[in-house]
Amino acid sequence: MKKDLEQQDTVIEVNQLVTHYGQRKILDGVDLNIKRGEIRVIMGGSGSGKSTLLWHILGLYQPTKGRIHLLGQDIHEISFNDMLKLKQDIGVSFQSGALFSSMSVGENVALPLREFTDLDENTIRIISRMKLEVVNLGGFHKLMPSQLSGGMIKRAALARSIVMDPKLLFFDEPSAGLDPVVASEIDDLILSLRDTMGMSMVVVTHELDSAFKIADKITVLDNGKNLLTGTVEEIKASTNKRVMDLLQRRSRHDKLDPADYLKRLTQENYTLS
Amino acid sequence: MWSYQAIERLGFAMRLFWDSFYWLIIGRRYKQRVRLAQVIEQVRVNGFDALPIVMALSFVVGMMLSIQLLYALSDFGAESQVLLAIAKSVTREFSPLITGVIVAGRSGAAIAARIGSQVVSQEIDALKVIGIVPVRYLVLPPLLGLMISMPLLIICADVMAIFGGALFSVQKLDMSISAYMLESFNVLVVGDVLQGLIKSVVFGIIIVLVGATTGFYVTGGAEGVGKATTSAVVISISFIVLADMIASYFLTQ
Repeated sequence: MKKDLEQQDTVIEVNQLVTHYGQRKILDGVDLNIKRGEIRVIMGGSGSGKSTLLWHILGLYQPTKGRIHLLGQDIHEISFNDMLKLKQDIGVSFQSGALFSSMSVGENVALPLREFTDLDENTIRIISRMKLEVVNLGGFHKLMPSQLSGGMIKRAALARSIVMDPKLLFFDEPSAGLDPVVASEIDDLILSLRDTMGMSMVVVTHELDSAFKIADKITVLDNGKNLLTGTVEEIKASTNKRVMDLLQRRSRHDKLDPADYLKRLTQENYTLS
Repeated sequence: MWSYQAIERLGFAMRLFWDSFYWLIIGRRYKQRVRLAQVIEQVRVNGFDALPIVMALSFVVGMMLSIQLLYALSDFGAESQVLLAIAKSVTREFSPLITGVIVAGRSGAAIAARIGSQVVSQEIDALKVIGIVPVRYLVLPPLLGLMISMPLLIICADVMAIFGGALFSVQKLDMSISAYMLESFNVLVVGDVLQGLIKSVVFGIIIVLVGATTGFYVTGGAEGVGKATTSAVVISISFIVLADMIASYFLTQ
């Protein structure tokens, strides 16, 4: 699979993406090029801009500068109708699951089918149950989201995200807050979806074990900048100090000189480090 | 700063109103259909479920008006005019106002809490990435629901308030309840009832737009949702009273 990636066509292309929250620059010229069938993990510490990058790729935020192409279409140029069609080729699994709390698990999974297809209720029910089976939640369709555990919520959200058989799948922290066994189950699900359905995936995570298990390529973000992109082996072998800090779970302040730290705290133009 | 935020939210509410009808008209073309079942559900939740409390309070208001008016009119020996006074004031003013306040407390708060918690739990973002326009899915159904159910609530409130007035007045006026009710309906003209119905539709729109706007602007988790709920009720009632005064001025010219 990995050998073929370079010959595949590009499904996600991000060029020189810049964005601000107020005066603060969150993304600073990020580039991304993801091939069909690839699992790209975006890693970085908290506040590195990885989730922000994801929301921009999904069109939820407007960047200050830069262009984003999904499946060959510029998401800031296309018409509403084309964007709507494009969204049916995209699935998103949110960190919190974002299941609709007023609907049962089955209704959550069935929602995109009810809204965008002319399928009859019977077919919709069968497809929803099939997708719940794929994520090992068969028989849970009548439960409400509040009755599910954290891992089950993530799997139900995954079932909803794949119900329209999308070409692109996005995950925001899929294994955050889960115990190692459940986190590993989610990783296996991600791999099996790629292998069985040929989806391209973008996974935002800071879980190293998970990233190394599923990634074809990893992009490391730091302070809104694209620090390094490479295979798991290339990332592990990197001599970049920030990448090494990240891999060894070292705080950037670990080796800060106390005098420098005090100076920074007391300076007039004190800003976020 | 405060006025800038107020203007921004007023603009947002106007945008919601415009977008709601935009999607109502052209939604089908873009696979953004408004489902009848959703609207009927909103009529049930915001209208039918509010019926007992609206009828009970309207009955009490009718009786209270009767007590006050009989007392005030007795100074002029004009107790017989209480029937006319209650019928006109109830249909033109009190029913829409009382119903508006009750529905703002029930439905306005519920809309703000629902949308606010959906913002906090990323459900709105989930709707957007699925391709569902949040305004069409979350705002339009309650908007249509209240535009339909408010006038129906007002008619029930009118009848109950007049009945409440009748119950206290009939002894003083030496009339039967049925004769009082019949005479009340006779003194009313279409314009009286229509004024209340027009106001009720306006109040329904205010309740949904204020509830939705405060909901969409929620920040800060559960505490933010709580604050939005309180704000939605206070702001809705304030706008209802203001709109009532403006509507009364124009509809009595």
